[in-house]
Amino acid sequence: MSSLEIRDLRKRFGSVEVLKDINLSAESGEFVALVGPSGCGKSTLLAMIAGLESVSSGEIRIDDRVVNDAAPKDRDIAMVFQSYALYPTMTVRENMSFGMESRKVPKAEQKTTIARVAEMLQIEPLLNRKPSQLSGGQRQRVAMGRALVRDPKLFLFDEPLSNLDAKLRIEMRGEIKRLHRDVGKTTVYVTHDQVEAMTLASRIAVMFGGVLQQYDTPKNIYDDPVNRFVAGFMGSPTMNFLDATVERGGLVLEGGDGTVLPLPPERLAGLTPGQRVIWGVRPEHFSPAAEGRVERRGGVSVPVEAHVEMTEPTGAETILMTRIAGQKALISVEPDDAPDAGQTAALAVDMAKTCLFDPTTDTRL
Amino acid sequence: MTTDAKTPRLRRWLGDNIGPLVLMPTLVASFAYVVLFSAWTLWLSVSTSTLLPDPTYGGWGEYAALWQSKRWTVAYQNLFVFGTLYVLGSLIVGTLLAILIDQRVRFEAVWRTIFLYPLAISFIVTGTVWRWIFHPQTGVELALHDMGWIAAEFDWITDRDLALYVVVITGIWHASGFAMALILAGLRSVDGDIVKAAQIDGASVPRTYWRVILPTIWPIFLAVAVVLLQFAIKTYDLVVALTQGGPGVATTVPAIVVFDLMFERGQIAQGAAAAVMILVALGCVLIPYALYTRWRTRREESRHV
Amino acid sequence: MSETGHIEFDPLSTGSARRRITSKAIVYGLLGVFAAFYLMPIVIILANTLRPLDDIVRTGFIAWPTDISLSYWGEAWGTFCIGGQCEGVSRYFKNSLAMAIPATVISTALGLINGYVLSKWRFRGADLMFGLITLGVFLPPQMTLLPWAYILGSIGLSNTISGLVLVHVVQGVSFTTLFCRNYFINIPDDLIKAARIDGAGFWRIFRRIVLPLSPPIVIVAVIWQFTGIWNEFLFGTIFTSGDKQPITAAIVAFSGSGTGERHYNVEAAAVIMAALPPLFIYLVGGKYFVRGLTSGAVK
Repeated sequence: MSSLEIRDLRKRFGSVEVLKDINLSAESGEFVALVGPSGCGKSTLLAMIAGLESVSSGEIRIDDRVVNDAAPKDRDIAMVFQSYALYPTMTVRENMSFGMESRKVPKAEQKTTIARVAEMLQIEPLLNRKPSQLSGGQRQRVAMGRALVRDPKLFLFDEPLSNLDAKLRIEMRGEIKRLHRDVGKTTVYVTHDQVEAMTLASRIAVMFGGVLQQYDTPKNIYDDPVNRFVAGFMGSPTMNFLDATVERGGLVLEGGDGTVLPLPPERLAGLTPGQRVIWGVRPEHFSPAAEGRVERRGGVSVPVEAHVEMTEPTGAETILMTRIAGQKALISVEPDDAPDAGQTAALAVDMAKTCLFDPTTDTRL
Repeated sequence: MTTDAKTPRLRRWLGDNIGPLVLMPTLVASFAYVVLFSAWTLWLSVSTSTLLPDPTYGGWGEYAALWQSKRWTVAYQNLFVFGTLYVLGSLIVGTLLAILIDQRVRFEAVWRTIFLYPLAISFIVTGTVWRWIFHPQTGVELALHDMGWIAAEFDWITDRDLALYVVVITGIWHASGFAMALILAGLRSVDGDIVKAAQIDGASVPRTYWRVILPTIWPIFLAVAVVLLQFAIKTYDLVVALTQGGPGVATTVPAIVVFDLMFERGQIAQGAAAAVMILVALGCVLIPYALYTRWRTRREESRHV
Repeated sequence: MSETGHIEFDPLSTGSARRRITSKAIVYGLLGVFAAFYLMPIVIILANTLRPLDDIVRTGFIAWPTDISLSYWGEAWGTFCIGGQCEGVSRYFKNSLAMAIPATVISTALGLINGYVLSKWRFRGADLMFGLITLGVFLPPQMTLLPWAYILGSIGLSNTISGLVLVHVVQGVSFTTLFCRNYFINIPDDLIKAARIDGAGFWRIFRRIVLPLSPPIVIVAVIWQFTGIWNEFLFGTIFTSGDKQPITAAIVAFSGSGTGERHYNVEAAAVIMAALPPLFIYLVGGKYFVRGLTSGAVK
């Protein structure tokens, strides 16, 4: 079991700085997800951990050993690629034994290891087939098998599920979670899908523009985003961002009729009257006023009126495209509670769960 | 009425068939070139022609005479040895060059230009130049003597047993750039992630190439080998300029025998027979390859996952 | 990382700095050795075009030039004696030009039209026709020598440049048709259909749609054809003789004969002249050269 430590890591390609001052550490057995949009640097970071990209400055430590100059094979890692990267001219068995052969592991040990891993992943019937004869999900399992056979200190995943269709993706997600639970190795998992990150990770590192925005548990990332980017990136449908001003002990929405949405006192403490803010409220933070859901949980709700423009029933929920004080907002309600388009919905919001952001710096207030 | 109805029909027919019509001249020429000329030569090979064409049927005796002549059998053997070494050598050197360039070297365009330029040069020029270099009186041996190494010997080109290898070396010099270009394109088509996976698996760079990358592009090696074999079978210019088939028959190849029989010895029929044998050799290389590639594409299409 | 292709990732640049430097050093070293091997012949010959004859006879070809003179180039061009005539290689050079340029132009033009027809105008037997024309690429020239000799003789073109042009055009059309057809097949059929609906006919479509798209393949075909025809020897030596021969045949004529004094320096200059036009085209249009290789050769 090991830990991973990244200190002050920077990466430059020519004159372009692609990773800026990354500081990250993972405890033994943790599942760390690197999330972010394309181009945020998460794949480069993974490549540097693997040793496939050089370090411009900073340190990478695996198990307290600085590995900056170590070749990938000397870092005791295993990696699963988005395109599976199975050796096309070798059988599944040979794919799995290739690494062991390169390291001169005795044949008997190779055999038992392959048998064990094949059983774990249920790919025994596939051992003599070539990759071109396998389906997408089978290839993914073989790719994981190849990684498991190494018994490494660190598992690296590079968007392994992106090439699968939606249903298969959910199935494989479950398998990866199960595997991690059984095998318990430290894992770094790159994905652009925040749902995958939320469901799989013990800690999520949100990245944007080469900078680590926030590194925390899924719950904290979701409930306590550190800036507007993180808030907007995590959660689907995305958080609503409404312009407002701080006035008379609460928020007054721009374009509204001047109604004040009172804020809890602890929130008001750091704000000045007249300050302009961005109010971040998630679609599921709204509930029908009549229900009293917030009160039942011991909170205080604030009434809000939303003018419904369109409804999107998805079966499990209905998403309302509304306007609150003239600004667009998405609201998620149960299908039975959904009003029709054109109506005005009377809603309640738990202000304690919402967030406030500075309009210029986008940081959380 | 009838004349009016005819003209539009003719114009329509012309319009519909303008494709084949436009192609007709070239098609006739190609047809003549491929089929008629081959049949003509084939016919000549079974005729009784000697100095001039004679349409009388003479049987397959010329083929027998051909295969009994020492010149031909030696030429065929030479072709065998030359062809094998030439193809293998060009593939090996070409692969090595491709792998070197594939290591993300700077000035790639410069290296490629250097290795490929022999292809732009006629075999005649290549042969003449290398003859000067190989010949003991003008080339390497003389240079070695001048440098003080009096006893040095490098007279392969005048040596009956070794002259063929001179042709092989020159041929490889000429063709390995071609092999390199195609193999390099193949190397570049390999999924980069596979190489990364091999790195992580602990394979050294040579091992990665040997076990992972090169096997993945083996169809390209096959294609290059086929093309090179064709070159080898048709080889004529190079040998003429380099050794003129000598010393003796040490470097004579079938194409030289053909020319000899047809235009210098006045034995057209036997020359035609030799030409047909060259065609047969080519067919033995190309037809299985064509069938094989067709079989493979059909198999891949049906197995599309 | 899945965005980067094979070219981006450099397996030799992983690991310690020392490993990186040594492996790169080995690579460049090997490349340098090979490059020397490839360049050596041309460098040697070039050097020898400048040296006086006695030097060459004394020390052979592989030696440093000491007394340098450019006069041998002039000799090679204008006064060198070949096969009884002392006019240099200029005549043969011009013969080659007179043969290669028309043959290239005509075969490329025909190839364009054929390629257009075969790729865009479906008709019965189109594939068969294409197959037949393509066979011409693989046919060994030995099978055509006797028929050509007879035909050229019958129509009075034996021992003429025009005869050679005819031979090269017929053989070249196979190549150019192959290239052009494989290139045009990538033009979307919808373009042609839209033009037909607009009322355009065969030649209109060719002129307005296909031809403007063809420069890349035209360049490839022209380079390939010119190089192949200029460098060709067999037809040149059989179907012409004496002062009608192309330069490749002339070179064999003077360098093959072992009698008399060999003017190596002049011969070397002549050889370089014979190699220059295709070499020049290669250096200028090398990219298209390679494109022709990779697309045409691997069928």
